[in-house]
Amino acid sequence: MHGKALPYLLLTPATLFLCVFFLYPFALVAFEAFTRDGGFTLDNFRTMTSSWKFPVTVRNTLLLSAVVVPIQLVMALLMATMVSRLAAGRSAALYIFAIPLGISDLAAGLIWLAIFDQSGFLNTLLSNLGVIDRPVMFLGYQSKLTIFIAVALAEIWRATAIMMVILVAGMGLIPREYYEAAEVFGASPWKRFIKITLPLLRPSLQTAIILRVILAFEVFAVVAALGGTNLPVLMGETYNWQFTLQDRNVAAAMALFILAISIGFTLFFLRVLRVPKEARI
Amino acid sequence: MAEIAIKQVAKRFGGFTALHSIDLTIADQEFMVLLGASGCGKTTLLRIVAGLETPSQGEVWIGGRRVDHLPPRERGIAMVFQNYAVFPHLTVFENIAFGLRMKKLPQQEVEGRVNRTAELMHIEQLLKRYSGQLSGGQRQRVAVARALAMEPDVILMDEPLSNLDALLRLEMRAELKGVLAASKTTTIYVTHDQVEAMSLADRIAVMHQGHIVQAASPVEVYRNPAARFVGSFIGNPPMNFILATKAADGSWTVAGLTLPGPKSDKQTIEFAIRPEDVDTGTEGLHATVRVVEPLGPHTLVTCDVEGGLFRAILESNATVAVGDHLRLLPKPDRIRWFDPETTNAL
Repeated sequence: MHGKALPYLLLTPATLFLCVFFLYPFALVAFEAFTRDGGFTLDNFRTMTSSWKFPVTVRNTLLLSAVVVPIQLVMALLMATMVSRLAAGRSAALYIFAIPLGISDLAAGLIWLAIFDQSGFLNTLLSNLGVIDRPVMFLGYQSKLTIFIAVALAEIWRATAIMMVILVAGMGLIPREYYEAAEVFGASPWKRFIKITLPLLRPSLQTAIILRVILAFEVFAVVAALGGTNLPVLMGETYNWQFTLQDRNVAAAMALFILAISIGFTLFFLRVLRVPKEARI
Repeated sequence: MAEIAIKQVAKRFGGFTALHSIDLTIADQEFMVLLGASGCGKTTLLRIVAGLETPSQGEVWIGGRRVDHLPPRERGIAMVFQNYAVFPHLTVFENIAFGLRMKKLPQQEVEGRVNRTAELMHIEQLLKRYSGQLSGGQRQRVAVARALAMEPDVILMDEPLSNLDALLRLEMRAELKGVLAASKTTTIYVTHDQVEAMSLADRIAVMHQGHIVQAASPVEVYRNPAARFVGSFIGNPPMNFILATKAADGSWTVAGLTLPGPKSDKQTIEFAIRPEDVDTGTEGLHATVRVVEPLGPHTLVTCDVEGGLFRAILESNATVAVGDHLRLLPKPDRIRWFDPETTNAL
């Protein structure tokens, strides 16, 4: 066996696997999105966009991402900075911060449902404290804002750690000498963060943000658990088309739409947070 | 005016003592080199002066101001790092301007200073480049320019030339000396390279196992080592040491030769001589030639004297061959004596 062929040979099973179980179904979905009754058509997209729920789902999904991701980014940066500075117990802190990562998003939604539910922790606590005399419907159809806040909280709680883990790894790659040089040349801790950490962390920031934004566009189970149909989002609507309305062609069109905005934002962040080759560490 | 005073500074890392109560005063505009093998504490001492390391005890004074409790940025220092620490995400211009921007100097002043120091270090054509587009030598120049642009009272240098190749090192050494002398700053320079130390320093502090063994001018350190370690560390090849036994009061026998020496109540002391300070003749130390190395300007001869190795530097026209029996006569005014127990000079 020649050394040159070996790497390709070893990669073949994984490549084949991806082709069969990812590319092929993906092609099928794309095909379904653009066909109806055997002929090429854009009708599925027209049906999708003409539904009254479509603009609402787009708005809710984007709004949720726009609120959740920046808060997560700031928190992840804070947590990563603190963890990176720990002399001892660093991995223990990492593990504890990462616990919510091990929980499925539906379970996470259910945990927060147990808090905000009519007979949940929050109501029990408030009534025991005498703040309220009867349970409040936090998640009722009239309180869209509280549903939104609850979903945002659950998402932040659940998925901040993934960004933190990426940022901690990135911070570990920045040589200490740069910080020492900045310190000697007059940079306060805040300036060092702004002038050294953030710019040198750009590749990791890019990865973390892209990953998080894509995941935010795919938010589903947490919303389903906390908001039901009161806070329609893109993924929930896709599910709705597929299973409730039994129209797989429009569902496929929705899936392609989510893919398109994900790709769009990925390209945007790749471009904005690009590090020129000559300016890398 | 920036005199540096290090007073009883000690540093312990857990159970390991890196520095034992160091006292050292560096005069305004003096070029002080901390010289020693790796692990002797020289970099730790420099980092304590910089404020990147806190001393376990003692005080650091710069320009009459106690600074050991201040962060580095409030000490009026600039530093050149061993790996240069040229920021990869900034252009050369912005690297040199970094400290000036932190001081919030007006743009015009920043540009003036960056251009002046860049010119001084011959990197004015590189100002728009990034660190990744520079060679090691160019990065080194940027690091020095960044320090000079601060117009600091004190420049600290941590082995700044050790990552350059030999030829470049020679070139930069001469250039650094000129530039730093003109800048009128007080300099502390850490190196393990004795030639660098000898050529740059006004004064050398030789460090060994967390102590300063001797702090004196290069010639003094070379000619009159305060301890055996200094004689064995400085000079290439280093000093020769032979045990001497007492012949009479103030007279010692060394490899068959009786020499006048210090008065001591010890029975044996150590005789020391630099390799270039012996002449061949009809009397002197009995030596058998083991290796002859003609080096061009002179010839290095390694001999056996009293069962130990002894190196002598002879004129290049000396005709010696392996196995020859020589008599090596030490120049009387160059002989040094050491106490074998304390290892200090007698």
